[in-house]
Amino acid sequence: MRRRHFLTLSSTGALLVYTLDGQPTVQSQPGEQKIPLKFFTEEQAHIVAAATSRIFPTDGSGPGANEAGVTLYIDRQLTGPYGRDRYRFTQLPFEQGTPTQGYQGAANPREIYRAGLKLLTGLPNLTPEEQDNRLRSIETSPFFQLLRQHTLEGMFCDPMHGGNRDLIGWQLIGFPGPYMSWTNDIEKHKGEAFRPKSQSLAQILNRKITPWEEIEP
Amino acid sequence: MIHLPSTDVVIIGGGWSGLLMAKELGAKTSLKITVLERGKPRAKNEYIEGMDELDYALRFRMMQDVAKETVTFRNTPNDKSLPVRQFGGFLPGNGVGGAGEHWNGMTPRFLPDTFEMHKATIERYGKSRLPEGSTIQDWGITYKDLEPYYLKAEQLLGVSGLAGNPMTGPRSGPFPTPPIKQTYFGQIFTDVTKEMGYHPYPVPCGNLSQTYRNPDGVIRPACQYCGYCERFGCMVGAKAQPTNTLLPVILKQKNVTITTSAQVRRILIKDNKATGVTYVSNGKEYFQPAGKVMLASWSLNNTRLLLLSKIGNVNTGRNLTHQVMGAGVTFFFDKPLNRFMGSGASNVTVSDFDGDNFDHSNLDFIRGAYISSPAYGSRPIANFGAVPSTIKSNWGGEWKKAAVELFDRTAKLGSSGEHIPYKTNFMDLDPTYTDNLGDPLLRLTLDWHDNERKIHNFISAKLEGIAKRMPIQSYVMAPPLKRYDAMTYKSTHIQGGTIMGASPENSVVNTDNQHWQVPNLYVLGASTFPQNPSGNPTLTVLAQTLRAAKALI
Repeated sequence: MRRRHFLTLSSTGALLVYTLDGQPTVQSQPGEQKIPLKFFTEEQAHIVAAATSRIFPTDGSGPGANEAGVTLYIDRQLTGPYGRDRYRFTQLPFEQGTPTQGYQGAANPREIYRAGLKLLTGLPNLTPEEQDNRLRSIETSPFFQLLRQHTLEGMFCDPMHGGNRDLIGWQLIGFPGPYMSWTNDIEKHKGEAFRPKSQSLAQILNRKITPWEEIEP
Repeated sequence: MIHLPSTDVVIIGGGWSGLLMAKELGAKTSLKITVLERGKPRAKNEYIEGMDELDYALRFRMMQDVAKETVTFRNTPNDKSLPVRQFGGFLPGNGVGGAGEHWNGMTPRFLPDTFEMHKATIERYGKSRLPEGSTIQDWGITYKDLEPYYLKAEQLLGVSGLAGNPMTGPRSGPFPTPPIKQTYFGQIFTDVTKEMGYHPYPVPCGNLSQTYRNPDGVIRPACQYCGYCERFGCMVGAKAQPTNTLLPVILKQKNVTITTSAQVRRILIKDNKATGVTYVSNGKEYFQPAGKVMLASWSLNNTRLLLLSKIGNVNTGRNLTHQVMGAGVTFFFDKPLNRFMGSGASNVTVSDFDGDNFDHSNLDFIRGAYISSPAYGSRPIANFGAVPSTIKSNWGGEWKKAAVELFDRTAKLGSSGEHIPYKTNFMDLDPTYTDNLGDPLLRLTLDWHDNERKIHNFISAKLEGIAKRMPIQSYVMAPPLKRYDAMTYKSTHIQGGTIMGASPENSVVNTDNQHWQVPNLYVLGASTFPQNPSGNPTLTVLAQTLRAAKALI
């Protein structure tokens, strides 16, 4: 039985709040809240939060990885079947391939993270410039590429997966979500922003949708 | 091994070609037909909870389970083959409807000279222009032979299109429904390319522009332009899929049975006659005796099953081709485009540089590509992040600011080019890796050659010419074509392996899709295409299947 780990994070004015039933909750008041972690340790979660906030920072151009809940998104993905490579062909032997043959490593996403995060020990204590330099030094590694991809996923996934909290990522870029029909609009709004309110799949269908990471194959 | 009662026809695979053959034989004969599908059953329009980019478009929730079975890949016979551990370059389907459930719905016909590429190339340019090492050969049937079946296939799907494109083959009848709506970007592309003297046309598609009742009485509604086609099932049934177009008819046919979770392992042969198939279902092995065997399990699986069953024909595995998809350009507009609206087939295409639609006399390659302006619905994870080349990083504050500003001002042109076959591009069984049942995986040996790289460069120049006339701020060209790689998505149109031809000397099946050595074995689908046309293959697969069915009725 693993010791319970929590992520306690707050950022400039925006607080990360998650509820246990999987529904992200809008919380406008700043403060501190404890988030139960399923895969990361507290130390690992703080490194992931620091790194993903440099990949997709919170700045004058809008909210970033911190507000979207990217760390929790990654924690959930690594906890589920994807994290242990249930969706990859893992038959032996693992051998060095050519670049055209794709990732041939034995390490699954969990192992890639565990090893990669060791390279970033102490990252949360550095200045933003120092953090960027540390990340720049590993940016061609499979770990960093996975971290960057997961940051985008956590920014822009449906909130059922734990990221894009309060639809903050979709609102940032004007993506409305999986609406059922644009028949009356597709030929209109030429060159003008058409920005219907962003809605999650659960909001549109008015029922809870179970994400794949919570379904054991 | 459990011996089952004999059936007249066993069909391996419940996708477009298998279910169409089942429907045709089921309706027009009294034969007892059994379809064996390795995946799960699917109901009509069960996809509304599947409008999720992460699970479906990125994690491939509808596709073949790669953990159980994949293919191995190497560029040349001198390289070591290794498994494709995560799908990327193409996306095999699974379950009733197969990949026909999660396609984009584009249904162009192939260009007429595609069927006689060898003859046409020699007649116009001479034998010396056939690229070195290529194995181009004619189908044994012509566009004219297939045209009536193209029309029938279009009526089955209710294909939406605009007739009159001078760059495509003649039609003996109208499109069943008018073209679907285009986006603002599609309209700009149409205006610009028209002005340049090209011939932009909406791509014909099985995504309906209006409610349609097909000759079987199946009614489907109009497309809603929600932007969730490719890698998703259609939540309203507007996109033609085997489950909404064929299954409603088959379910009423008493002589057709669909067995799911049935993974076929071998076709059994005795005295040059197929006696039936063996399959595994929930850990149990079955023998299904049959009078006729129809192999309809998608290109790569068709080839693998023939090889696993040791059905002797030296041509099995030959003429492996994909499509030349790399030439493209990314545009950055100064206005929002509302790119979240669209459909898998909201796509205006220009075929002026496709096939032999332009003179190659003074060029150093043959054939070509069509140019496309897709508006599939710009889902955010896969499409976020494009920035002009002045920004060097793909992470951090500067990149984020630009990518946020440009997300809805970005649009792309792509292209789909012909891939001719070569001796050195082929399939056989892998000596090392197996599927979860212990059967050898299929091994792909595949690389691009100079002809593809030259098509790519030529089309890139044409794309850049269009870019210079577009009302945009800046553009970025896609990089040149180098080696074939297994990760970058191209299309699921990987073809060949059981090719069709006029002679057993150089093909696996005859022009009725009948195996040359085993006359009660039929092979359906794009594995029978001798070379890979630029066009999306589904309509041709359907037309060819209707033609094969006609020969049996």
